[in-house]
Amino acid sequence: MADGFTEGASRRDLLKTGALAGGLMLSFSVAGKTDAAPAAEAKLNAYVSLTPDNKVTIVSKNPEIGQGIKTSLPMIIAEEFDVDWAQVTTKQADGDPATYGRQFAGGSMATPLHWDELRRVGAAGRAMIVAAAAQTWNVPVAECTTALGVVYHKASGKKATYGSLAAKAATLPAPDLKTVPLKDAKDYKILGRFMPQVDSAGLVTGKPLFGIDVVVPGMLYATFDKAPVFGAKVASADLAAAKAVKGVRHAFIVEGGTELSGLLPGVAVVADSWWQAHKAREKLNIQWAEHPTSKQSTTDYDAQALALSKAAPLRTERNDGDVAAGMKAASKTVEAAYSYPFIAHAALEPMNCTAAFKDGKLEIWAPTQNPEPGRQLVAKTLGMDPAAISLHMTRCGGGFGRRLANDYMVEAAWIAKQAGAPVKLVWSREDDLRHDFYRPGGYHFLSGGVDASGAVTAWRDHFVSFGNDGKFASSAGMSQNEFPARFVPNFRYDLSLIPTGVPTGPLRAPGSNALSFVMQSFIDELAHAAGADPVAFRLKLLGDGAMVGTPGQSGYAADRMRGVVKLAAEKAGWGKTKLPKGTGMGIAFHFSHMGYFAEVVQATVAADGAVKVDKVWVAADVGRQIINPAGGINQVQGSVLDGLSAALGQLITIENGAAVQGNFGDYPLMRIADAPPVEVHFLITDNPPTGLGEPALPPAPPALCNAIFAATGKRIRSLPINTEALKSV
Amino acid sequence: MVFKINVNGKSQNVDVEEGTPLLWALRDGLGILGPKFGCGVGQCGACTVHVDGQPVRSCSLPIEAVGAGKVVTIEGIGATANGKKIQAAWTELDVAQCGYCQPGQIMSATALLNATPKPADADIDAAMSGNICRCATYVRIRAAIKQASGQKVEA
Repeated sequence: MADGFTEGASRRDLLKTGALAGGLMLSFSVAGKTDAAPAAEAKLNAYVSLTPDNKVTIVSKNPEIGQGIKTSLPMIIAEEFDVDWAQVTTKQADGDPATYGRQFAGGSMATPLHWDELRRVGAAGRAMIVAAAAQTWNVPVAECTTALGVVYHKASGKKATYGSLAAKAATLPAPDLKTVPLKDAKDYKILGRFMPQVDSAGLVTGKPLFGIDVVVPGMLYATFDKAPVFGAKVASADLAAAKAVKGVRHAFIVEGGTELSGLLPGVAVVADSWWQAHKAREKLNIQWAEHPTSKQSTTDYDAQALALSKAAPLRTERNDGDVAAGMKAASKTVEAAYSYPFIAHAALEPMNCTAAFKDGKLEIWAPTQNPEPGRQLVAKTLGMDPAAISLHMTRCGGGFGRRLANDYMVEAAWIAKQAGAPVKLVWSREDDLRHDFYRPGGYHFLSGGVDASGAVTAWRDHFVSFGNDGKFASSAGMSQNEFPARFVPNFRYDLSLIPTGVPTGPLRAPGSNALSFVMQSFIDELAHAAGADPVAFRLKLLGDGAMVGTPGQSGYAADRMRGVVKLAAEKAGWGKTKLPKGTGMGIAFHFSHMGYFAEVVQATVAADGAVKVDKVWVAADVGRQIINPAGGINQVQGSVLDGLSAALGQLITIENGAAVQGNFGDYPLMRIADAPPVEVHFLITDNPPTGLGEPALPPAPPALCNAIFAATGKRIRSLPINTEALKSV
Repeated sequence: MVFKINVNGKSQNVDVEEGTPLLWALRDGLGILGPKFGCGVGQCGACTVHVDGQPVRSCSLPIEAVGAGKVVTIEGIGATANGKKIQAAWTELDVAQCGYCQPGQIMSATALLNATPKPADADIDAAMSGNICRCATYVRIRAAIKQASGQKVEA
């Protein structure tokens, strides 16, 4: 599936091209689309419009999945436009790449991609308003100032609201975005302030904001049954039995294809209500065709991994120095096997989509993180011109990477077209957990050595991951630069791959969410082997240098990481707090999504093995500006708890080529009683602001596991944490 | 068949089959979309409504079991004193991330305040444990309940 931007190289490409793809073009689309705007509304550019009574509307281009983008991106524009945030209403853009460039929620990329460009969009709008004032008053532009949506000319005492100048401003040429002046950060009035998200009032009163809430006149409701074995075809189904259920209008087999991220084979039921369709699907008695993936299972994967670990690797991804010599030079060596399971996204709003096909045109309402690839997939699958498909982005009840795929979109489109009526497709929770693009499992067979000084002399990882034809499955990869590569002189990363027919894909902090557990746990093992303090050992490992690698490419700012490690330790009172028996502190750090994070977890393990997380301290360096602390801190706390939740209980087991777990009874998510306080500290450094949707997650699981070791002396090498093994009675 | 139920103070007729969960009668039958579908088995709490003041998982309550019970949904809870306070605290502290579970959280939190005006942490744990927040906004849910009940809020 198309998730390239979550992988390092493509993310960098996007950074290079992002501004050109979107913002700069906007200055030339001043006229924009005026059809939907009220007559009195003046449109300054594709993002900013305002009315004579000084009400400002700012478009949010990207999908809102709970990351707060519908608030934070407009805040960036509003700051430079220099208006009062209370004047501003924000509006969700439709899927419209011709106007907005690439629109997606992924890779924590919105802030780095738009920080510069959207400030310039706002500043350009302000310049047009000021130019209109200067022309109206016949005074030099340079003598005009602005504040809170009003233009002032001090010498003459004249002032005018932006709204009163908007119609004129909209006729003026847009300034060059590249040279438009920007504010000094010390003058910010919106950025950096705690701004509750713009949909807050609607959310707490139950307004229909989500995809699942879409209602279209004449709409029917659909369910879609797919094979438990991923991609298996329908052999037979009792369509008549389903059609006999009251309210059912259609029941039909969808042939589908073989691409797991596309339209798969299945049986659709379309009814007057969702419950009717849901009950009718129970009557289908579907027989599924044989499929090769049915031979696959977690047990078999585990056995293959163990066998592969003992054989020569498929290939060596990195080989620095001489690992054998490094091991010989060590005063102590450690060997350990780590593993982590497949896990699901489990966004709380089940996958759904509404589609209406009429007169050769398709209209789609989708909770998607990735609208344009969805439109293209629908166009290709239905044999349509993409231009005949309009796409409305609804609020998403969680994303976590699941809605980067658009399988539910193409299903809704197909079913709506065949049913000849607008259709809302809603998956059940079981559909969701059993038809995910899972965070792939993985196995690491590690050995390492430390010398008497507490330095790591050698590191070898035989990574057994998932992939076909020598290529990683989606999100199953590990970079050749994954820490501690480049920080250990003798370093070797070998790779073997297990073929899989299970669909995988990016889940919040892809790669990192699992790799951090392995690396930061094994580093902890080495620290203890060396008899060193885990914080001091890590600081030594990070060295004395600043940037390792190329800035903006594979660069790893060791100095920024040391900064957050020290801050997290300081805030947690590392080494200074006397903890009771059974309680311990663990630390871990991780760099991903351009953010530097270190976290300390304090956890208590009871005699029965039950793990209670007492508290988490987070130190984060995402640059010089937190756009919106309200959303930013929320993201950090949520990411940390998300990581802990996965470590404590989440596991998708594959049996006979299908996912076993189906609902929250066997796929437990963290509940409030298990949620510790999470203290968040931002280390402000003079670096460009970066995103907060993901990078706080990866250090949480290993920090917890390291705390458990400190509390019990027992090392967690496999997730989820097996509390049985932690029993002390 | 037609069932007469009282929702948010209004008596309404809804035409659904016997056995239809209240959730789907509300959502598809009456267009009351605040209560959310999350799991269908009473595990996540996104569908929580009040029936005669008690928090109930509407995905697992058949329509015929509602009877003369007074149903209040997220759309109606703001008309109660505690509901209004909870909603205000939710907004001030910016509790929500995606917000999908929050109607259910707010219904459970309001029921908690109705029963226990100054809930301690243990009360909050007990009353709110049936509501999953996949975004894990639990730190702020706890803080908002404390704030709405006039207790000291720890950051």
